[in-house]
Amino acid sequence: MFESLSQRLSKVFSGLTGRGRLTEGNIEEGLAEVRAALLEADVHFRVAKDLIDRVKAKAVGTEVVESVSAGQMLVKLFHDELVEMMAPSEEEGSEPISFATARPTVILMAGLQGSGKTTSTAKLAVHLRDTRKRKPLLVAADIQRPAAVEQLRQLGAANDLPVFHVAGEPPEALARLALAEALRTGRDTVMVDTAGRLHIDEALMEELGRIRSSVTPDTTFLVCDAMTGQDAVRSATAFRDVLPLDGVILTKLDGDSRGGAALSVRHVTGTPVRYVGVGEKVADLQPFHADRLVGRLLGMGDVVSLVEKAQEVVDEKEAEDQMKRMMSDRFTLDDFLKQLRAIRKMGSLGDLMGHLPGVPAGLTDQIDEKALHRTEAVVLSMTPAERRRPEMIDPGRKRRIARGSGTAVDVVSKMLKQFEQMRKMMKQMKKGGLFSRLKGAFGGGGGMGLGDMPDMEGMLPGGPEGASSGGRSVPRQDADARRKNRKAERKRRKQGRRRR
Amino acid sequence: MVFGKLIRGLAKTRDSLVGGLRRLVGRGPLDADTLDQMEELLYTSDLGPAAGQLMDSIREANRKGILKEGEQVEPFVRETLLEIMGEASLPLVIGEKPHVILVCGVNGSGKTTSIAKLSKLLLAEGHSVMLAACDTFRAAAVEQLTIWADRLDIRIVKRNTGADPSGLAFDAADAAAKEGIDVLIVDTAGRLHTQKNLMAELEKICRVLGRRIEGAPHEILLILDGTTGQNAITQAREFRESVNVTSLMVSKLDGTARGGAIVSIREQLGLPVTYIGVGEAADDIERFDPDSFVDALFTAE
Ligand SMILES: Nc1nc2c(ncn2[C@@H]2O[C@H](COP(=O)(O)OP(=O)(O)OP(=O)(O)O)[C@@H](O)[C@H]2O)c(=O)[nH]1
Ligand SMILES: Nc1nc2c(ncn2[C@@H]2O[C@H](COP(=O)(O)OP(=O)(O)O)[C@@H](O)[C@H]2O)c(=O)[nH]1
Ligand SMILES: [Mg+2]
Ligand SMILES: [Mg+2]
Repeated sequence: MFESLSQRLSKVFSGLTGRGRLTEGNIEEGLAEVRAALLEADVHFRVAKDLIDRVKAKAVGTEVVESVSAGQMLVKLFHDELVEMMAPSEEEGSEPISFATARPTVILMAGLQGSGKTTSTAKLAVHLRDTRKRKPLLVAADIQRPAAVEQLRQLGAANDLPVFHVAGEPPEALARLALAEALRTGRDTVMVDTAGRLHIDEALMEELGRIRSSVTPDTTFLVCDAMTGQDAVRSATAFRDVLPLDGVILTKLDGDSRGGAALSVRHVTGTPVRYVGVGEKVADLQPFHADRLVGRLLGMGDVVSLVEKAQEVVDEKEAEDQMKRMMSDRFTLDDFLKQLRAIRKMGSLGDLMGHLPGVPAGLTDQIDEKALHRTEAVVLSMTPAERRRPEMIDPGRKRRIARGSGTAVDVVSKMLKQFEQMRKMMKQMKKGGLFSRLKGAFGGGGGMGLGDMPDMEGMLPGGPEGASSGGRSVPRQDADARRKNRKAERKRRKQGRRRR
Repeated sequence: MVFGKLIRGLAKTRDSLVGGLRRLVGRGPLDADTLDQMEELLYTSDLGPAAGQLMDSIREANRKGILKEGEQVEPFVRETLLEIMGEASLPLVIGEKPHVILVCGVNGSGKTTSIAKLSKLLLAEGHSVMLAACDTFRAAAVEQLTIWADRLDIRIVKRNTGADPSGLAFDAADAAAKEGIDVLIVDTAGRLHTQKNLMAELEKICRVLGRRIEGAPHEILLILDGTTGQNAITQAREFRESVNVTSLMVSKLDGTARGGAIVSIREQLGLPVTYIGVGEAADDIERFDPDSFVDALFTAE
């Protein structure tokens, strides 16, 4: 019954087309739009207000370049402001952890129930061991949740990390004893996993205070679920009041939440986000990048992450070019072929595309070695003109290509369809999101290709711009496609691969 | 449209303010301050876009001269929300036996603990209960549920971590049927609705249960974390899209979060909330009551 926000907003702005610059008159409506987007992303009400006020002050009087629309200008102002706010300050520096020199470093993990503390403890320990040559000792100090100790023990065992626990001891004693144990056994990093607690639970909040005074942690992380709503402000503030927080670990970013809670927490506690959790496995921990979160928050998708993951196997320049081409109308079958080859190197595109919220899974799942070779043969049997403009491939040409590639006409048709699907999806992603809403609102020149927006260029350093993570703006799969996906899933699982 | 109906019916609600609660809106003519206050209250309770809708309808009612006084705003919002939330929903009704309840939700939402709570309720009603530990993925998930089963002294069907959850579900259904158990509750691994393969796995668990016990699962309960913001709506939609979610339970409402996202869920998807979780113990469960839910929005802690 509630109209979707975008419907409502497009109505509000329907009369507002053709304006090319920020004016006193249109900025208010533009700001209302941004505000709605921030609230929809779970940014706290007051934080959103503060932000709007701040950006407004900057925006008014800002000269708008002739060729740039007011909407683009506004998005850019917000993007820059948010990135500046989310990125660690000079003083905070780029090192998430302060390592002790005279004794083992103590890292404390705190947060609400189910936020991901235990998992993040294991993830961070593996990360520190593998990339920083640390020797972590995990401390199971959650004596509340049933089997919490066992959970950490299993994670430790699976990852070759020692876990410390003594039954019957309170958490503060466990932390102290663990420090002694670390000294004795030559472990240099003590990581204390604590019980989840509500910020209004006085007894448990005091317990955190006691742990703190018993071991004086060098670094304390607040583990925060990316899906958290407005209450993030209250809970984070309460945690900060009993513990000096040094960093936030934002978990479950592998979902499709916008992650606005991170903005709220940063704003009200001043604590920088340091790591993000992107899955349940220990490898699923990544350093935090302010620009990516802001892109996601404003509905521009996590394109940069995608590009970066691709960079692991494709060279950087090429990946960037490819992403840009993928998002543009210039994406050709040659690019498609290149991509398929890269995918083969990379494993599954499904995994990769999972980084872009809303992309239908299963779209490229069927790609296997043999199919890939076939596709390669098909594309190679096309003329350069056909590769650039697949729409010119008529039945006659199809027959020729099938012969040339030693396949059948329906293989050629299927491949072309797959390609078209991909191209369409890319276009859709480009269309959605806050940016296009604003563009619509301000009438920023219809039918503009991404390449025509020089000013957007700087907004997503290292990557192309303008994909959407907005659930609404991404085409929903129809029942057929879903059924097909399920079938593909089943097939995959039969092959004994459970990707998690 | 609910709002329109409410605007017309407002005269009735004029005096319906529940006593004893802190008033959040001012006396005298409806002014900007009162509106701001109400707007903040609704948004900070995670109502999201529904808050915007409510504010629009308040302004509309004000323009039409129906809402004139500041103190009319709260009853207006209350009534609207109550209308959306509907009657208090029925508790879980145990039909044919074994009655199979599947519990699902995103990671860490409170599934396993909620199962302990539901079991305790059902035991108190005199039903026999069996648990199926189908979270075979997360470390010590089986041990966690086992501890609850021991505490409540109920049977649990389990396998090692890493086992196939649907195979286990079948075994559990089989055991429940053979042993004449009243209620079988199936715990599942937390999964994000964006993970298609895991959603497919959930669908498979449902199918397999139905293969052994006709009509199973009879109830599919989605557990939502009460501190979750707007993503809760997407979760509800996607889980329902995948499996036939029959009702919701909202956990962690013992904190300061209000769980306002369920307004949109109710409004858009019509899914009823049957229970809420208000703590970590097996006793910390309450029937969902729309009145108390709406009251809580207007109660300053
Ligand atoms: N305060 C409070 N905590 C709760 C409530 N329900 C669950 N919890 C806590 O939240 C945490 C996660 O609960 P679980 O029941 O393990 O959640 P789950 O959904 O089974 O988690 P996974 O299986 O890991 O996805 C635990 O620490 C629980 O004690 C509640 O109503 N209130
Ligand atoms: N999808 C996803 N799940 C996560 C992530 N981090 C933790 N989890 C899951 O969330 C649930 C709760 O995590 P846990 O570490 O037990 O939380 P704790 O109660 O705070 O210790 C578990 O099911 C984890 O597997 C993440 O980044 N992504
Ligand atoms: Mg834990
Ligand atoms: Mg569980």
